Amino acid sequence: MTAFTNTELPPLLENGTRPPGFFARVADIWAYRDLLGNLVRRELKVKYKNSVLGFVWTLLNPLLYLVIFTVVFSVILNNPTPRYGLLLLSALLAFNLFSVGLTAATTSITANGPLVQKVWFPREILPLAAIGANLITFFFQMTILVVGLVIFRQPPEWGMLWLLPPALLLTLLIGAGLGLMLSALNVYFRDVQHFLELGLLTWFWLTPVVYPFHLVAVALNGRFGDGAERLAMLNPMIPIIITFQRVLYNPTNFNAPDQQEQFAEMIHRSNLWYVENLGISAVFALIFVWAGYKVFSRLEGNLGEEL
Amino acid sequence: MFTSSGGGAATQAPAQAGRHRVAPSSTVAIEVSNVSKRFRKHSEPAKTLKERLLTLRQSTVSEFHALRDVDFNVNVGETFGILGHNGSGKSTLLKCIAGTIRPSAGVIRVRGRLSALLELGAGFHPDLTGRENIFLNGSILGFSKEHIESIFDEIVDFSGLQEFIDTQVKHYSSGMYARLGFAVAVNLEPDVLLIDEVLAVGDEAFQRKCIERVRGFQAAGRTICLVTHAPDMVRFLCDRAVVLDHGSLIHVGDVNDAVTIYRRSLAAQGHEVPADDQDMLDKIATSGPASPVRLVRTWVEPPPGGVAHRPGDRVVIGVEYEAEPGMTVRARMAVHTHDGVQMVNVSTYDIAGADLKADSHLNQARIIIEDIPFMDGHYLVTMVLQQPDETREYARSDQAATFDVSSGGPVLGRVALHFGLETGPTDAVTVVS
Repeated sequence: MTAFTNTELPPLLENGTRPPGFFARVADIWAYRDLLGNLVRRELKVKYKNSVLGFVWTLLNPLLYLVIFTVVFSVILNNPTPRYGLLLLSALLAFNLFSVGLTAATTSITANGPLVQKVWFPREILPLAAIGANLITFFFQMTILVVGLVIFRQPPEWGMLWLLPPALLLTLLIGAGLGLMLSALNVYFRDVQHFLELGLLTWFWLTPVVYPFHLVAVALNGRFGDGAERLAMLNPMIPIIITFQRVLYNPTNFNAPDQQEQFAEMIHRSNLWYVENLGISAVFALIFVWAGYKVFSRLEGNLGEEL
Repeated sequence: MFTSSGGGAATQAPAQAGRHRVAPSSTVAIEVSNVSKRFRKHSEPAKTLKERLLTLRQSTVSEFHALRDVDFNVNVGETFGILGHNGSGKSTLLKCIAGTIRPSAGVIRVRGRLSALLELGAGFHPDLTGRENIFLNGSILGFSKEHIESIFDEIVDFSGLQEFIDTQVKHYSSGMYARLGFAVAVNLEPDVLLIDEVLAVGDEAFQRKCIERVRGFQAAGRTICLVTHAPDMVRFLCDRAVVLDHGSLIHVGDVNDAVTIYRRSLAAQGHEVPADDQDMLDKIATSGPASPVRLVRTWVEPPPGGVAHRPGDRVVIGVEYEAEPGMTVRARMAVHTHDGVQMVNVSTYDIAGADLKADSHLNQARIIIEDIPFMDGHYLVTMVLQQPDETREYARSDQAATFDVSSGGPVLGRVALHFGLETGPTDAVTVVS
C-alpha cells in the first residue's frame, strides 16, 4: 500500500555535498541553469526597477564616456588619435565586463546572505549570475559602439572578427575564476571587496585601455630587446583588450603616416600573434578557474554559517 | 464479557482514526546518523583580515555544541516532528537537513528533492513582483521553468493573491508574503518538505488551508519534517517525533511521549510550559469551510457519582454535528491512552450496521460502551466525521474529550478482566469465585 516502490524512489544522497570532480560540478551547475537564468534576470530587472529611464541607463554610461573622452582627449588635450572615443570604448566595454562583473561576483554571496543561509543550491550560481548579468549589459552597451562605428563609417576588421568570441570567453573565464575565489573569501574577510577595488584600479591602469598598446610595446622592446612586448601578456587582460581594439576599432581605417605610427604595434602583427597572445591569456584563465574551483569547494561548506 | 451494542470490537481499524493515509513505508527518506554540530564562538566575530591577524594569538575562540550525536531516520511518507525548546538545536538540525550548513561530524542523507520552508519567502526579492518571485523561488528550490509554469495557476489560487500577483512584493503585508511563500513551497510538490515554525503565520483560514495541504501531502505519501515548539501541532500532524534538549536527542518515536517528555524538559529548565492550544486546533480541525458537515462538540457523559468511571461502567460518548437534513454521515471514534496506545477505534457503522442520518440541521449521536473494560488511566477521545464510504473526512477533532477510569483495586494493567480462581488438591477441585 505504499505510494512508491523502492525502484521508483530517488537514491538516498548525502545532502549539501557536491559531486567530486570539476566536470561533475559543471554538470551540477547546468542542472540549475534555470536558476542561473532567473538570477541574471533578477539582477537586470532589479537594477533599474523604479527608475523612469530603466534600461536606458545602461546605454547612457558608455554614451557619456564616448562624449567626455572625445571632448577631453581629442579636443582639449589635442590627442592625435583619430576618433579617440571609439578606440576607448572598444577596449573599455570589455574591461568593464571583467571589472564590474568581478566586483559584483565578489559581493554576490554576502549580498544574498539570507538566501544562502536558508536554501541550498550550488552557491557558485551566485557569482556566475553576477557575471552573466554583466555579460547582458555588455551586449547592450556594445550597441553604442556599433552605432558609433556605423555613424563614422569605420568598418571593423572583418577578417579577424572570429577572434572576438574566444576573447570574450576568456574575459568571462578570468572573471568567473577570480569571482568564485573572491566571493567565497569575501564571506570570511570583508576586506576582500575593498582590496578588490584598489586591485582593479591598478589593473585598469596597467592595461592599455586609455593609452595605446604601442607605448607599452615600445617601452618593453626598448628595455629588453625585440619581442619583449610579449612580457605585457603576463597581464592576461592585455591580449583580450588589444584584440578588441584591433578588430572593432580597426586602426587600418586610418592611413595618415602619423596615425599609422601609433598603431604600428597592432597593425603589423599577424593573426597568429593575436592567437598566441590569447593562448597565454587562456593559460591564466584556466589557472584562475581551477584555483577558483579549489578555493570555492574548500570554503563553500561553511558559507551558510560564516555569513 | 465485553459487549457493545450491536457490534464487536474493531479489529482491523486503521492506526489512526479516519485518516486515510498511505501507510509510511519502512524506506528511509531522511537518514540522520550521528550528527554533531559545533560552532566556534568568537567573543566578537572577526570579520576583517586585520582583526583576524590581531586575534590570531590570543585565542578567544570557544566551541559550542549545537547538536550532539543526533541519530534518527525519517521514513518515506512519514510526518516527522522535531520538538525542542529555544536554543535546543532544532533549527540547526533542520538547516543541516536542508544542507545550508554542514554537520561537524556525522552524515545526513536525503532521498529525492527537498523543499525547505525554513523561512517563508527567503528567496523573495522585494523589488520583484509576485509573479517574478514565484519563478525565482521555484528555481531556487531546484525546479524547472516548465514545471513552475505548469503549476503557476495553482500557486496563485492557493495564495489567494490573484489581484496582487503583478505587484512588487515589497508592497505585500507579511501575511501575504507568507502566503505566497507557502504556496510556492507546497505546490511544487517536493519529495521531502521541511517546515520550520511557519504554520503559525497567516490568519486562521490560511492556517487551515496550510494544514489541509499538509494533509494532502501526507495522503500523497510524501515525507514531511516539521520543526516546532508547539507540541499540539506535533500531536495533531505527526506520526513520530523527536525531542531535542540542549543539542541532544532525548526521545525518538511516539508522538504523545514526545510531547510529555518535551513538557518535562521545559519544566526542568523552569520555562513556562505552553498551554494546550486545543481550541485553535479544534477550530482548524472541525470547520473546514467547504465541508458540508461541521463537528460542533464531542463529550463524555460524566460518571454517575464522582469524577472517574469505574471498570465495567457504562460510558456514553456524545457527538453533535451540523449537516444538511437527509445527509448520511459516519462517525468514527478512537480512544487512546495518555501515552498514545489506541484502545479502540470504531465507527458508528461498525456498531449499528448503518450510517448516521441527519434528521435536522443539528444532530446528536451517542456511542455507548456498555461495560468499559479499561483499567486506571486518563483516556482521550478522538472523533472523526466521514463520508460513509470513508473516502473523505468532513471534520475531525483530536482529543476532543477525555475521561478517567479508576479501579480503586489492587489489580494493575490496562484491561479490566473478570477473574475466576479454582484451587484445591489435584484430585478434588473446589471452585472459588
